[in-house]
Amino acid sequence: MTDESTPQATRTIRIGSSNGLHARPAKLFAQAVKDAGIPVTISKGSGGPVNAASILGVISLGAEKGDYVTLVADGDNADDVLDRLAELLTTDHDE
Amino acid sequence: MSELRGVGIGLGVAQGPVARMAEPLPAPEDVPSTLSPEEEIARVREAVAVVARELETRGSQAGGLAREVLEAQAMMAEDPTLDQEVLTRTTAGKTGEFAVHDAFATFRDTLAAMGGYLGERAADLDDVAQRVIARLRGLPAPGVPDPGHPFVLVAKDLAPADTALLDLDKVLALVTTDGGPTSHTAILAREKSIVAVVGAAAAKDLTDGETVIVDAAKGVVTTEPTEDELSQAQHRADARRTAASAPITPGALADGTPIPLLANLGKPGGAAEAVELGAEGVGLFRTEFLFLSSTNAPTVEQQAKAYTELLTAFPGKKVVVRALDAGADKPLAFLNDAHEENPALGLRGIRALRASEDILREQLTALQQAQAATEADLWVMAPMVGTVEETEYFTGLCRDYGIKTAGVMVEVPSAALMAEKVLAIADFASIGTNDLTQYTMAADRLLGSVSSFQDPWHPAVLQLIGMTGAAGKATGKPVGICGEAAADPLLAVVLVGLGATTLSMAPTAIADVRATLLQYTRADAERIAAAALAADGAASARAAAQAAADTVA
Repeated sequence: MTDESTPQATRTIRIGSSNGLHARPAKLFAQAVKDAGIPVTISKGSGGPVNAASILGVISLGAEKGDYVTLVADGDNADDVLDRLAELLTTDHDE
Repeated sequence: MSELRGVGIGLGVAQGPVARMAEPLPAPEDVPSTLSPEEEIARVREAVAVVARELETRGSQAGGLAREVLEAQAMMAEDPTLDQEVLTRTTAGKTGEFAVHDAFATFRDTLAAMGGYLGERAADLDDVAQRVIARLRGLPAPGVPDPGHPFVLVAKDLAPADTALLDLDKVLALVTTDGGPTSHTAILAREKSIVAVVGAAAAKDLTDGETVIVDAAKGVVTTEPTEDELSQAQHRADARRTAASAPITPGALADGTPIPLLANLGKPGGAAEAVELGAEGVGLFRTEFLFLSSTNAPTVEQQAKAYTELLTAFPGKKVVVRALDAGADKPLAFLNDAHEENPALGLRGIRALRASEDILREQLTALQQAQAATEADLWVMAPMVGTVEETEYFTGLCRDYGIKTAGVMVEVPSAALMAEKVLAIADFASIGTNDLTQYTMAADRLLGSVSSFQDPWHPAVLQLIGMTGAAGKATGKPVGICGEAAADPLLAVVLVGLGATTLSMAPTAIADVRATLLQYTRADAERIAAAALAADGAASARAAAQAAADTVA
């Protein structure tokens, strides 16, 4: 998928929501990825990456508060996109 | 016209066109597609988009929590991973219906296997799959119908997930073929004051669009009603609406005997609404909410704050707080985590509190602080008291802590049989009719297979209530009722006839009970109660009471 000319960005983030990455946070996150318009994957720990725009994929990770997830984005504004997504994931949406 | 019989919830009457809840669709069969893979995937994507937009629209109409759930469901419908899975299957020559069914099922099983919160999302995904498949087949979507106008909802029974999405402004009445007076539908109807007849088996033959009259007071659904019947029903509905908006008077019988009508509450936040609906105080405040979410007992300060918030809403009025009732259906890790074969007969209520006396002492300390800080008349009672000795123990401890009024709940038949001795010590008794029925009939109230025994109209239960009422009279102590029974207007009259001095119920039931009590004198109530007591069983007791009441009006 990736070639040398496509900028790729990676972030590892600790989940901040007290209920983990499901329910409302999963929906907000998958929606934000969809809106970003570039391919983003998310993986938990050493697990395989899933499409981060897939709410089912995101929910199925079963990521809890404090778990580490890794985001990888491909595209021109990959760094900006990941900054925004990282902020979403570290914020506690369940308070 | 013809009449379908069921159990009415409340006293209301309503009329309107039927809308049936569609039955779940059978799973699609794996037959080869007659269309090209391109045509199949295009059909699926069209259906998915329609379903997703529909869910979003419903979400923005519903607002709040339901909106979040529906928007998440819309995203599940259009999930890109799911789309890939469907595409793989249509490319292999499957029909769109089967591809959707099979692809959703894969995810569903993954979620279900994860359990807990994720397991519950499996049900959301099932619902989405059903909607997409229904759309592909050109059938109405399963679940709550949305005919675009107010309707009488006819269903087998309603699940909590159905009712969460129910637009109550559109529902004129509820009719179910299954389920009884304690079903989820009945509880919802009582809570929201919706006219309902449950367990009307013959309602399975009602068709969409036909006009029916739903009469909860009689427990009857009238089909093909005449003009005359429709206008009579309308007249009654109007009269009832007027009564509900009439100035709230204290609960009383026709002869002026006061019967204070109190509210059952589970959280301090419910107090304002209860007062608005005419509650003259609180007859049962359940304290479990403070404890259920924690692995440790809450602190005295946390408890005192919550009790003070509650008591502040009722200056000069009676507020009966029940000490923590754990065990059986409400296990609390820090109180009783030992496995029991028969939890309803195990270490629960006052027994559990005694075994963890620190928790009881802390609760009484917090209650006394709230009592001192507010103007309310605080009464405190113990759950599941079965003996005179337990009564002595609890009221003694209350007095040590400066609680002014200490009583016991009568839920165990032994307490009713010993009521005069119990009331010689306690300041008051409050009858918990749900548990009293479960223990009298030896039928687990949580077990569906014996739910027919869980009927407080049974004369055996009424006799025990009568004994407690008589003991109250003999000792000059108040005997209240808290529990579903007091919310049934006719049964409320019977309970007063048996000696109940106050009635406590869900706040939404108060208006109906107030209106009914005003129709009968004490002598009437005693006669109606005697008719019920003389019956052989629950159904005949209800019929006998109704017949006796009809001769008054």
